[in-house]
Amino acid sequence: MAAPVKIGKMPAGEKEPVSLKRQKAVLKRLWKYLYRFKGTLILATFLAITGNLLALVGPKLSGNAINAIVGKDKVDFTAVSLYCILMLIFYLVSAGFSFVLNIIMIRLGRKVAMAMRKDLFDHFTRLPVGFFDKHQIGDLINRISYDIDTVNTSLSTDFVQICSSVITVLGSLIMMIVISPALVSVFIITIPLSFLFTGYMSKRVRPLFRDRNEKLGELNGYVEEILSGQKTVKAYNREEEMCARFDEHNEKAVQSYFKADYYGSFMGPSMNLINNLSLALVSVLGALLFFGGKILLGDISSFVLYSRRFSGPINEFANIISELQSATTAAERVFRLIDEEPEPKDSENAVELTDIDGLVELKNVSFGYDKERTIIHDLSFKADPGSVVAIVGPTGAGKTTIINLLMRFYDIDSGEILIDGHPIKDISRASLRGAYSMVLQDTWLFHGTVRDNIAYSRTDATDEEIIAAAKAAHIHSFIEKLPEGYDTILSDDGTTISKGQKQLLTIARAMLSKAQMLILDEATSNVDSRTEKLIQSAMRNLMKDKTCFVIAHRLSTIQNADNILVVKDGDIVEQGNHNTLMSYDSYYKALYNAQFD
Amino acid sequence: MKKLFYYLKPVAGMMTVGTIIKFIGSIMDLFLPYILAHLLDNVVPEAKNSGEIRTIFIWGGVMIICAAVAWIGNIVANRIAASTTRDAVKQMRSDLFRKTINLSEKQINDFSIPTLEMRLTGDTYNIHRMVGMMQRMGIRAPILLIGGVIMTFSMEPVLTCVLLCALPIIGFVVYFVSKKGIPLYDKVQSSTDKMVRIVRENIVGVRVIKALSKTDFEKARFEESNEEVGKNDMSAAIIMGITSPVMQILLNAGLVAVVFVGAIRVDAGLSEVGKIIAFMSYFTIILNAMMAVTRLFVMCSKGIASMNRIAEVLDEKDEQEIFLGAAPSEDIDTDNKIVFDKVCFSYNGVKDNLHNISLSLKKGGTLGIIGATGSGKTTLIKLLMRFYDPQSGSIYIDGKDIRKMSSKELRSRFGIAMQNDFLYAGTVEDNLRFEREVTTEEINEAIIRAQAGDFVNERGLDYQLDMSGHNLSGGQRQRLLVARALAGNPEILILDDASSALDYKTDSALRSAIGNIDPSPTTVIVAQRVSSVMNSDVILLLDNGETVACGDHETLMRECEMYREIAETQMGGGV
Repeated sequence: MAAPVKIGKMPAGEKEPVSLKRQKAVLKRLWKYLYRFKGTLILATFLAITGNLLALVGPKLSGNAINAIVGKDKVDFTAVSLYCILMLIFYLVSAGFSFVLNIIMIRLGRKVAMAMRKDLFDHFTRLPVGFFDKHQIGDLINRISYDIDTVNTSLSTDFVQICSSVITVLGSLIMMIVISPALVSVFIITIPLSFLFTGYMSKRVRPLFRDRNEKLGELNGYVEEILSGQKTVKAYNREEEMCARFDEHNEKAVQSYFKADYYGSFMGPSMNLINNLSLALVSVLGALLFFGGKILLGDISSFVLYSRRFSGPINEFANIISELQSATTAAERVFRLIDEEPEPKDSENAVELTDIDGLVELKNVSFGYDKERTIIHDLSFKADPGSVVAIVGPTGAGKTTIINLLMRFYDIDSGEILIDGHPIKDISRASLRGAYSMVLQDTWLFHGTVRDNIAYSRTDATDEEIIAAAKAAHIHSFIEKLPEGYDTILSDDGTTISKGQKQLLTIARAMLSKAQMLILDEATSNVDSRTEKLIQSAMRNLMKDKTCFVIAHRLSTIQNADNILVVKDGDIVEQGNHNTLMSYDSYYKALYNAQFD
Repeated sequence: MKKLFYYLKPVAGMMTVGTIIKFIGSIMDLFLPYILAHLLDNVVPEAKNSGEIRTIFIWGGVMIICAAVAWIGNIVANRIAASTTRDAVKQMRSDLFRKTINLSEKQINDFSIPTLEMRLTGDTYNIHRMVGMMQRMGIRAPILLIGGVIMTFSMEPVLTCVLLCALPIIGFVVYFVSKKGIPLYDKVQSSTDKMVRIVRENIVGVRVIKALSKTDFEKARFEESNEEVGKNDMSAAIIMGITSPVMQILLNAGLVAVVFVGAIRVDAGLSEVGKIIAFMSYFTIILNAMMAVTRLFVMCSKGIASMNRIAEVLDEKDEQEIFLGAAPSEDIDTDNKIVFDKVCFSYNGVKDNLHNISLSLKKGGTLGIIGATGSGKTTLIKLLMRFYDPQSGSIYIDGKDIRKMSSKELRSRFGIAMQNDFLYAGTVEDNLRFEREVTTEEINEAIIRAQAGDFVNERGLDYQLDMSGHNLSGGQRQRLLVARALAGNPEILILDDASSALDYKTDSALRSAIGNIDPSPTTVIVAQRVSSVMNSDVILLLDNGETVACGDHETLMRECEMYREIAETQMGGGV
């Protein structure tokens, strides 16, 4: 495999001139996708060539037939019948070929689209978490749906078109030369004219297509954003304002669409004009030649038919080019995403964590999401196997960031994190993350049954295990009351299920997991304290023998932690157990007492 | 389809002009072969007799003029088409967005967000393509088709009839294919919805998926939907792909018949060779037009499927029209700001999610709502803001049934910070202003009250937030949400679990800052912590949608065992 052709990164809103080189790079990569189906491609090319060659014979045959129609009472019926039968056969075969070709190309286009979608999605799964924090979901979705669709449509039609165009153009030209070299001279004027024109136009129009796709992407981004915040928009009565902002995006989108159409609309008729001009010239010249007795009427007829066939594809070329352009810009947007830097590969000799004791150590760790703003400064602490480490501190102190680093969602800027003595950068990500189970503040459920959602961490779990986990999380009786019980489908924003219940479901999910380390980031923040108390013993069971990291505001929930880290502005200002921290005038004590204000 | 015409109506005038221009342009294309026939059949033999070749050049010139008119006409018409399409689609998309944003919560859940998103984007693109193409090719192709037939008819009626025999068969094929095609494209769109949903879930849940190493599982899930889209798309395209070869065969067979019949007629002296030649030329035009019509059908089938999906949303009832419960009640005479009177509500109409809730809260007072997960706290807020209507009972604000208020009149009274509230990619100031008429001073004041002063000052009001405010911590996000609620100086302030991510110190500072606002807003606090609500004038303890107790902290501590139990577990018996 050759190294992939890099197309460049995707800075937001970048507007650089479109170079031919880039377009070539895009085509080259598209070609690679096509190349995967080279068998089909060869067959398609063969069909396209033969089918078109056969179709080319048609006008010649009809010309011959017409030549045999000399005039009243002078028609050579044997010749006419012969040519007619031949025509029929040729057209039939050629149509048959074109049908098969059509289907082959449709399949090919879809397969390429599917392959691209798969590649893009696979790449999504390799991208770091930070990427998704910074990009609009709507725009990403636009790329995986609309942009790939555009490529698909273009591939399944344009390839055949280009193939058949080339054949038709060459074939017709040869036929025309055979019929009358003198008449062909007309095209010496018109062909360069069309090429010049096409070249000029495509340069003009391409940036417009690019702009169009970009604007559509932005529109998608806005729609996604507002639809997910729709409740808030309503609560604040901002529907009108949001509509006004939508209209701005909409205006930009349709306007850029219009512009591309506006300039694009120049091409078709202009090519047609060049065509018609040739027809006029051929007619006059043909008439003169006939006048001079140098050509037969039937030959003029054949010639005109060929010239139509000849200029037809050139005419189509304008369309194909504009479609290709819209396809390459779409493909480019897809490839740019695929070129986004994935999470760095696990190092060559990365260890697979098995049989973990659960000793976690942070040594002088520094980290910031932006290089300019360090959030965690020189953080060090140690968590013994099976111990419970609580992280407390005011909001924004960097508690969740620590979790992000432990799970290696982000890589640290300096220092070291070790598990059982292995630096985590030398551990395969999958086994590192597999070593943890976690319950987060932002619960995540997917569209699927309650059962599948609970068993998400362990698809092999039996129904008994699932129910046991749900019972332990005190969500079983709620599930039983749902219309379909465990088979109820949870949808995106299921109204009937509250945030607390969602949290309980994710707790049940964690209970099924067999990971040796546990992260609870405000795991029960939306669970009321009575339920929390009810699930406490189950939680203790869950935490048993595991190294646990717990973030909680309700300090009552962490009083029993072995070690409490008090984090402030990215530094650990105090650590110790509850009793030690309460024994002096600590920041922790102040936080603790604030509960009772 | 009806909906489509509705949007085309305002641009119908322009479209007619475009059509006429297109018509003229296309007719010119038809004249050219006619002139050619004339040239070959009449002018050339005449010239041969007279030795005068000037007429040949004149007719050549006429052809060039026709070509030029065709050129200009088509360009102008295409541009008009581009602009009318723009206007129609713009309006449709704008209406669709307006409708979508005004759908009730239930409607949105029934549709689900990914499909609404696709309808606003992918489906409207399909329509854009369709309307544009209809105007460019949809007019030209039939003109060329019909014109070609008429021209040939005037030249050689008998031969034309031979060709026309093919038309009914073609008509049938097109009818059959498009009838099959539209539902297939509808299927393509819904499988696309599904795929988009999975992509969306994967982006939103990236942390969980990575943490659980479920990447392969997700890949398989995506692959399945990807294949479904591919398969559906393929079957739709293949059905559509039948048309063009069938037409080729039919028309070409017609052509052969024309040549043969033509030969007979010429032999009988009923026709001339030049006419057959011109006939061939028209034939190519007719064939191409037919091909264009086929492509149009594919486009239309796709477009109509999309249009139906859009119409489905547009035809939804307005939120305001949906009355789940009884007619609004008469005004009541009360000093209280908020009154709930025997309110019952159920999401699914089977079991009440809120049952017989009654309470009243004086102006400027504070209501605290606590209760177990799923006990109906947020539902109560949703009723108060009229995201849903109760099945029975009434809710009054200032003595007026909220069902008698317009949603604007009602909701402009509120400032709310919700559980899963959203921030968008933009500056802090934009997010806090939220397109309202709020001064920078009010914003600054709200920031201080919401205890967000420290980090906002550090980064500035023009600090750029990531999508959903991902570059802030949970607590920082919550404080911005509270600041946003406060910035509008609302009559009623609702904090629905808005301080769950705040530490106790910040939480209590926030509450006292709100208490110090003058005049203080009527406040509703939904919380898990007793400490967040214990200073409220009224505390409502909910369990399973029913009122367990309602009163102030002291009363509840005294009289309600459940409340006491909660308070004691949370405060470690410290109170």
